[in-house]
Amino acid sequence: MSDNNQDTNKVTITINNRKIKANAGDTVLQAATKAGFKIPSLCYLKDINEIAACRLCVAEVDVNGAPMRGLPATCVLRVQEGMNVRTNTKRVRDAVRCNLELILANHDMNCPTCVRNGTCELQVLCEEHGISGVRFEGAKRPVTIDALSSSIVRDSSKCILCGRCVSACMKIQELGVLCFTNRGFDTEVGPAFDYSMRDVNCVYCGQCIEACPTAALRERRYLDEVWDAIDDPDKVVVVQAAPAVRASLGEEFGMPIGTPVTGKMTAALKEIGFDYVFDTNFAADLTISEEAHELLARILNGGVLPMITSCSPGWVRYCEMYHPDFLPNLSTCKSPQNMMGAIIKSYFAKLKGLDPEKIVTVSCMPCTSKKTEAARDELEVDGIRDIDYSLTTRELGQMIKQAGIDFNYLEDAEPDRILGDYTGAAVIFGTTGGVMEAALRTAADVLTGEDLPDFEYEAVRGLEGIKQASVTLPVNGVPTELKVIVCSTVKNAGKVLDAVRDGKLECHFIEVMACPGGCIHGGGQSYVSAKERMSVDPREARMNALYSEDERQVLRKSHQNPELIALNRDFLGHPNSDIAHKYLHTHYRPRPFYSQKERAQE
Amino acid sequence: MTQPEHIKTIADDDPRYDELRTFIHDEKNKQGVAMIALQEAQRLFGFLPLEVHKFISKESGVPIAELYGVTTFYSQFTTELRGKHQIHVCMGTACYVKGAQKVLDKVLEVLGVEVGMTTPDRLFTVNAARCIGCCGLAPAMMIDNKVYANLVDVDQIPEILAKYKTQDCQDGLSE
Repeated sequence: MSDNNQDTNKVTITINNRKIKANAGDTVLQAATKAGFKIPSLCYLKDINEIAACRLCVAEVDVNGAPMRGLPATCVLRVQEGMNVRTNTKRVRDAVRCNLELILANHDMNCPTCVRNGTCELQVLCEEHGISGVRFEGAKRPVTIDALSSSIVRDSSKCILCGRCVSACMKIQELGVLCFTNRGFDTEVGPAFDYSMRDVNCVYCGQCIEACPTAALRERRYLDEVWDAIDDPDKVVVVQAAPAVRASLGEEFGMPIGTPVTGKMTAALKEIGFDYVFDTNFAADLTISEEAHELLARILNGGVLPMITSCSPGWVRYCEMYHPDFLPNLSTCKSPQNMMGAIIKSYFAKLKGLDPEKIVTVSCMPCTSKKTEAARDELEVDGIRDIDYSLTTRELGQMIKQAGIDFNYLEDAEPDRILGDYTGAAVIFGTTGGVMEAALRTAADVLTGEDLPDFEYEAVRGLEGIKQASVTLPVNGVPTELKVIVCSTVKNAGKVLDAVRDGKLECHFIEVMACPGGCIHGGGQSYVSAKERMSVDPREARMNALYSEDERQVLRKSHQNPELIALNRDFLGHPNSDIAHKYLHTHYRPRPFYSQKERAQE
Repeated sequence: MTQPEHIKTIADDDPRYDELRTFIHDEKNKQGVAMIALQEAQRLFGFLPLEVHKFISKESGVPIAELYGVTTFYSQFTTELRGKHQIHVCMGTACYVKGAQKVLDKVLEVLGVEVGMTTPDRLFTVNAARCIGCCGLAPAMMIDNKVYANLVDVDQIPEILAKYKTQDCQDGLSE
């Protein structure tokens, strides 16, 4: 869509008797929205889905006096000189009401017990248009509820066939996990051959959930299990919250997008009743300590390069499914979530004299893929699971509400010691380029043996999908150019890997995040409606929240974290030690999908 | 009773895969490769099971779910194995009152399958059809495009079916 402001690229159109200048190339829906008109829409999702399926954005239109046939959908109608658009006529209002009722006629209307109650875009439109009943009664589609995966639930009874998830998966990730299947009344959005989301080529990034206007796609929730653990006097429940969560959690309580709420989040976790409240940021520093040393060892000892980050579980799963030849390139480091779990149940348990079997580790993540990661067989040590339950930002918001906590009035609190300290390098993990920058901050200091004053790597910042940079560092005393690549979405990761495989791209280190812009736009973050997304990119504000928290920190390099220094001294010995490998490193395997054996039984 | 597994499987080294691969690679960069690849596969295999979808996806880059969306939209495609000959026993009102159920039962008995299934020799698929428009000939059935009329005496059915078997054996088409 052109955003050109030159007058030559403007056309004059009339909307509801008001003349406006619109950008040539814009749709009527875009032009109207920019001019302050509110046209209802449901299937439209900026840059993702423009398919004129829901028929709610219809209008009466004539061009230089010649009426257009029917009621055109404004989401696919380009503005043109002399266009006259009327959105507030009886004909349009009746059509919108009728189309809403037709959608509801095949929709499970148990709204009060739905997870999207209050955030459902269909519900909002029905309220705005005063839908008080549905005139149409008839057969409803048979219902499929696929709850077999650890991350994503697909519920066809809530699906309105808008196609936003189908387009999101294809345009953002190029995976095409979901598609319209069958025809006519039997149409259903889902994977092929009625396979469960558990057994297909899904990386559980949750961008489909972020795109869904209803609850047809939602995260698998573990709230009851977590409450049960908290209420069990025999259990010690230890919680951690990831960096990106604090940039979005406030939105659950009506705060502007990207309001940083670190102190309130920590306070809320304590109020909820978790026995210990730690911060995933500590584990992010630990990850950098391990990963930067692993990178240096690979460079110095001729190991497999480029090394690729492994903290995004969606990316790891994608690599296992589509690029198994690159598995030796993946850092063996577990993700911060799982490093934290492993350290809580070993080092921390030992120091506190706790039985690791009685500890329940809960993580609050911006991510839906973390749930599947937590359930991976190999992510345990001596039969003790790293992570017991992983919750999304939205689930945490729900818990806070269930606990009757007035979030907005909480006094800031600090995480508990001894796994709660963190540096600025850890905070920026939540945005694309952050892991790379944090790793470079540590690698540069280790290689030079100095505390370098210039440690902000602007070239790896920003929301572009693929970024390249290089830094010159002394390797064995010789100044050496280290080339790095940062990419987000698995679509972009695939492009980078293809180029590396073909020898078209050379580099030493690649950071991959499965979600566009990194964890700040993860599939577990607070919902931002399609209407809001027309004027706001939620990633900007959330990214700024993290970089500003980085700047507020006194310590901004992972290896300077005092609690991490103590952990290395008292437990691990040194980064990448044998003990570190036992608790903090893992392995990967090629992962088939749509394999006959794993077919879900309906 | 479900379709026996062995007749639904296509060997990984089936030469028809090579033919399909060549076809896809020639058409790969054209728009709408999904549609023509599925048509070619339907022609080659007679049906489009999961493994054929996986193969086309791998060779063309089109996601499996998207291919399946096309397959299940158009009635020209089928995901179930179809026999060489399609038997449609008419269950319309006129045929039904004249004994269509007996006709269908006899066909199933002779072939040893259930409605919708294909015989292990892949010769016949049995379908229960709605009116085939020959009410005056009730009870009737069609095999491919040929109509068999007045099947009140169901004992003639084994003979009718046997004709197809012999014919195909002579043509060397049956396995």
